[in-house]
Amino acid sequence: MAVCIAVIAKENYPLYIRSVPTQNELKFHYTVHTSLDVVEEKISAVGKSLGDQRELYLGLLYPTEDYKVYGYVTNSKVKFVIVVDSSNTSLRDNEIRSMFRKLHNSFTDVMCNPFHNPGDQIQSKAFDGIVSGMMVQTG
Amino acid sequence: MTYSLRVSRKCRGDTGPIDTTQLHTQALTKKPVFVCHFHGVLPLTHMECQEEKPIIYTMENKPIVTCAGDQSVFTSLYTSLAQQLPREPMEWRRTYGRAPKMIHLEANFVQFKEELLPKEGNKALLTFPFLHIYWTDCCDTEVYKGSVKEDMMRWQNSLRAHGSADWVIVVVETNDNKKKNKTNILPRSSIVDKIRSDFCNKQNDRCVVLSDPLKDSSRSQESWNSLLLKLRTLLLMSFTKNLGRFEDDMRTLREKRTQPGWSFCEYFMVQEELAFVFEMLQQFEDALVQYDELDALFTQYVLNFGAGDAANWLGSFCAPVRSWSGLLLRRPIDMEKRDGIQRGEASLLDLRSYLFSRQCTLLIFLQRPWEVTQRALELLHNCVQELRLLEVTVLEGALDCWVFLSCLEVLHRIEGCCDQAQLAANCSHTVGLWAYATDKLKSLGEHCGLVSEKGPTSEDLNRTVDLLAGLGDERPETVNSLQSPYKKLKEALSSMEAFERHYLELSHAAMEMYRAIGRLRSARLVGKSLAEFYMRKGDPERAETFLQEALKSYVSEGWSLPVTHTRRQIAECQKLLARTDDYLQTSALLAGDVNLTMEERKHFCQEILTFADKSGDPSHKVTLGMGVFTQLTRLQFCPATASVHSGAVLQVELTLRCLMPVSVRIQQLAASIHFDLERGGTNGRSKVAQRQTNPGTVEFLQADSTEAPPFSVAGPPLELDEIQDRSPSDNSLNSAGVVCKNTHLVMRRHDSNSPLDTVNCVSPPAVAIKEGGQMLKVQDVTLQPGNNNIIFTAPSGQPGTYTLRQLYATVGRVQFVLPHIYPSVQYEVYSQEPQLTVEPSSEPLLAGLPQRVKFTLLTGHYAVKKGDALQLSNTDTMPILPSTSCTACISNPAAELVGESVLSIQSSEKVTSISLPPTPPYHTLEFQLEVLCVIPPGTDRSTNERLTNGEVRHRPRSYSHPDTPMTAIDQRMSIDCPWSIYSTLLALTFYIPFKTKHSLLSAGNRKYIQVCVQNVSDVNFTLAEVKLTEKQHALLELQSLNTKTQQLLCSKHSVFCLWEVRWKDDLPSCLQCVFSADFSPFNQDISTFKPFYYQFQLERVTTLYSVRAKILPPAGEQYCRSGLLCGLEVCMTRLTEPAEGEIAEDSKTDTDSLKTTKLMYEVADSSSNWAVCGKSSGMVLMPVAARATHKVQIEVMPLFAGHLPFPKIKVLKYMPHTAAVAIQPDPDSCVENDSLSLLDKTLDDQTDTASIRSRGSVHSVGSGDQQQKGVAMPRLEPFSPGQVFNHSNMQQVLVLPSTDDHIMEVNAT
Repeated sequence: MAVCIAVIAKENYPLYIRSVPTQNELKFHYTVHTSLDVVEEKISAVGKSLGDQRELYLGLLYPTEDYKVYGYVTNSKVKFVIVVDSSNTSLRDNEIRSMFRKLHNSFTDVMCNPFHNPGDQIQSKAFDGIVSGMMVQTG
Repeated sequence: MTYSLRVSRKCRGDTGPIDTTQLHTQALTKKPVFVCHFHGVLPLTHMECQEEKPIIYTMENKPIVTCAGDQSVFTSLYTSLAQQLPREPMEWRRTYGRAPKMIHLEANFVQFKEELLPKEGNKALLTFPFLHIYWTDCCDTEVYKGSVKEDMMRWQNSLRAHGSADWVIVVVETNDNKKKNKTNILPRSSIVDKIRSDFCNKQNDRCVVLSDPLKDSSRSQESWNSLLLKLRTLLLMSFTKNLGRFEDDMRTLREKRTQPGWSFCEYFMVQEELAFVFEMLQQFEDALVQYDELDALFTQYVLNFGAGDAANWLGSFCAPVRSWSGLLLRRPIDMEKRDGIQRGEASLLDLRSYLFSRQCTLLIFLQRPWEVTQRALELLHNCVQELRLLEVTVLEGALDCWVFLSCLEVLHRIEGCCDQAQLAANCSHTVGLWAYATDKLKSLGEHCGLVSEKGPTSEDLNRTVDLLAGLGDERPETVNSLQSPYKKLKEALSSMEAFERHYLELSHAAMEMYRAIGRLRSARLVGKSLAEFYMRKGDPERAETFLQEALKSYVSEGWSLPVTHTRRQIAECQKLLARTDDYLQTSALLAGDVNLTMEERKHFCQEILTFADKSGDPSHKVTLGMGVFTQLTRLQFCPATASVHSGAVLQVELTLRCLMPVSVRIQQLAASIHFDLERGGTNGRSKVAQRQTNPGTVEFLQADSTEAPPFSVAGPPLELDEIQDRSPSDNSLNSAGVVCKNTHLVMRRHDSNSPLDTVNCVSPPAVAIKEGGQMLKVQDVTLQPGNNNIIFTAPSGQPGTYTLRQLYATVGRVQFVLPHIYPSVQYEVYSQEPQLTVEPSSEPLLAGLPQRVKFTLLTGHYAVKKGDALQLSNTDTMPILPSTSCTACISNPAAELVGESVLSIQSSEKVTSISLPPTPPYHTLEFQLEVLCVIPPGTDRSTNERLTNGEVRHRPRSYSHPDTPMTAIDQRMSIDCPWSIYSTLLALTFYIPFKTKHSLLSAGNRKYIQVCVQNVSDVNFTLAEVKLTEKQHALLELQSLNTKTQQLLCSKHSVFCLWEVRWKDDLPSCLQCVFSADFSPFNQDISTFKPFYYQFQLERVTTLYSVRAKILPPAGEQYCRSGLLCGLEVCMTRLTEPAEGEIAEDSKTDTDSLKTTKLMYEVADSSSNWAVCGKSSGMVLMPVAARATHKVQIEVMPLFAGHLPFPKIKVLKYMPHTAAVAIQPDPDSCVENDSLSLLDKTLDDQTDTASIRSRGSVHSVGSGDQQQKGVAMPRLEPFSPGQVFNHSNMQQVLVLPSTDDHIMEVNAT
């Protein structure tokens, strides 16, 4: 399961970022922020070749010694980033995809909330719950 | 003589001498060539180790084809054969659904030897002879039978003994041979047939004829082609068959992997054999697949191990790592490692290294160098993970060494096979390795004490030695290379300087690459890491540059946690650099940063306070941006209009959100003000258009730097408007759209002038503090964390507009400045002229009664001093009633009563002076005075149009008001005020409560005057002392016929009073009467009675004529009967002697001695009681003398029976036409107008003819017009009411019904 899940706005500021409490939160912030480089690279690369028909799932953005960073970008250029511990080898690509899909669905629900101001930080219990379900259970 | 060896390949590796060169030389010298000596080294061959050190270079291998039979024949054909075999590709159909491939076949032709045939169980593939060819050019049956057949038989037997079915017999035919042995020559076919029948039992295709191979003929070519095709086909068949068998075996072996005793290493060797063969066939893709499968298999085992399912054979890989010499990619096959694997002694790193080196080699053959880098990174990460997973003991730092060396090795390898341009274009593939290597070198440096300021300790040195030991000796391939990874690492670990050089080199390389490919965030992260390095080295200056750059990016993208972290590092730098201003600014930011713990925040806050309190050079003041310290969130004006008169108190309440974690005492909080003198702004009230919805309150939208990213509050909201474009011709809609009205705000660049950026900018904003201007100041404020309200009293001296510009908070030597207050906040100070107003205290003001009026003085900017007085010019028509106690109330602008004082009022003849109590500016002074508006004595119908002409002195105008039946009078007051040289003119409207009418009543010669007083007001009055006097004639007596002394006059009711006029000698023709009465509101004291006068004039009072009528019944009748003619006798008698005017007037018509006047009579019955028969009107000539009588007989007929009133008899003056009358305005001509007009004239002292004429022209619209125009027409004039007395007025006569009338008519009234 994930150790960090982040939602990043179109303008690249974090809408939501949560990591497992046992680890250095700051490190994940740096990791996710840096991963935007690759996200942007992938988006622009896809944009050139396929036009609008693109896959939302960006796959593995980049691996580090300790983590694998996966990316996903909605059509409105909101980015989802999931960081998975490298030692967690049981996760398959499909599982990551389904995690992203779940995240996207929940995110859509958040956006549908008429009281949510798009562009604001996500403060939704439902979304929190979905994210918690995907995070590593430490405890 | 060479069989075959291609010396060069497309991708041969880059460096120096390769082992294979030896192999080449051997291959070239030995004959027959035996390229590979695998027997000894392949574990599955189970052969003893052979003499020489095995040297393998598989790439140079080709499938082995043995040649038996006549060697000379083969030798002669070898060159052509070796050349032509690979020329045409063949399709290789694959088993297991693998895609067919086109393949160029090559072969290593070696002489057939029994030993070449694999023994039972030998699974070596590389040395496996895939095809056996028997060459013969025998064409002689004898020879065939004698030796060839036997040889063939032996060959066949040995093949069969080894189960090899891949063979072919080539019969070479030449014409030379045929010619040589003509006798024994069988037909060509016959020997082939013989061979076929002897050996190719049902497999006729196993015997091929090659005709005239050395000749250049079409036949020769044809037979060559068929031979080559046959060879290729058979080779492929053999491949398919043998590889298939091999794969099957291999799979079987793999399936046994769950069995105890199964060894991965053994299996590895088997599958690698397959990979070798594919590689030999130049099927690199397939070869790579073999390695990838091995890779995956191994990975799976490691993972299973992690899951608790440990395989026995994995034990060897769990051994502590003793060598970390990194990848070795310069050899196609690293035999050392391969041996280790074969022996089951390889460590995990060894196996991984070997596998990767093989994959790398194949990928480079496949020209996919970028996949190498990608896989390398994965591999390195994976290895680190696997070692962790397997809990392999590794010396700390050893893996870093291994990774570092491996990264560089991969990079070198890639650099070796790509040119510079390619490398530059594919930075994105290599940069990860660069960054990884940088990272690892850094951690090595830290591990070995190379990053500290002091240098490595002995402990550090020990660690370094241990690490270096694990590197072993440098590999022979790179010994001569100056830049080998090995040398780099050794050097880097040798000294701090060298380490720094290498580390910087790597860092910069990585950063530049990241930048080149646009991964700026990654570049900055490397930069940050570099900054940390510099910090450790004690070089904060360089560190700061990198940190600032990183910070900028985090701030601009709103990543608060990295911002906080980076900023804290910057603070450290700045502190070390003693950049006080910057440090304080950063500290302020950090003190307000919610991401930090309270302790940290307090620490940074204390840093500021400590500096602020430090008594040092007082001139050294530090100016910091306000936004980091406290935020202005709200500003509220009191009063909310933000507009006060000059000198008034205006309070400004600031709400400051203090971001500090502790309360901070501020010596002074000040706001500078820009003052604009307002032009013509004496009364600012009109200009106060409140811009905000909440009056007097300005909310400052604050971008919260810590929580909300800058984008969510970017810019003002859009103001959109709809626009429609309509066609000018028919007004149809062309287009509709939406237009943004505030594009200039919305489209503004946010990065350049957003206040947030100045907040986060680390250098404090350059703020020009404008000293000397007006300031709002508060001393000694303590700001608590959170919202604080601070109240300023704003200066309001001069009138004008005050704009709040900057805000300063001074804490010791530190000053926090908010350079611009935006949105701009203004307040206005205005100056107001004093204003005096007068209004009734109750509506309506009634004339004739004392009424209270309220004087209101708004002092404006004028301060009423002691002794100031209002001078009211007295008027007769509205005196100010002296009052004993008149109090003035003073109230402040907020309408609160602040004082009361008694006014002293002094009246002189001309003015009434009201001394005002001292009153401050902008206060309201109120007092009430009693005034009395004198009711003008004239009749209330006196219209005043003509009175305004050229009048110097104002006279109250009375007019009828549309809203009320009362007549209104405007009273003007002229007041001299102490603040102005001009008099103030004020108007009050009074209403006359009464309407008065008079009438003259006659009874023969006797005269009565009736006055009717109508109360038109809403008040009930008591009327008393009703009197009527005549002014001119003393002898005249007016006897009151009124009985009551006091009378109630209710609202909307009237009172009638009557007087009889009595006179002694002569009744004057004109009476000047004054009606007077006292009145007071009902139920009030007698003392409150006020007089009421009504003047009027009566003219032609005297009765001139009396008219008597008589009805004469028809002759013979006693009474009149209806329907019968009766006579009406009218007798007109002159009663008086002619008066003066009358003579003059009438003498014109009759100049003889007997003066006559013409009278017109008219009998008219308006009620249709009578029918006038014959002449109803006529003219009589009446002598102007007393007692002159004229009788007229008229026939009338009563139409009804009963008491009928007499028919009406009118007597009129007949005026014959004269030019003089028309032209000359005669005073008497006005008679036809109402007599009251004349009365007016006399009252008004206005006798000038012009005024009369003008008035006349107004009044004679109907009748007088014609006369005025001079048309000579005789005219009739009525007499004044008293001049003709009709005795028979209202007299009645009894009329009997006509005799034959059966109808009884009853009139009941």
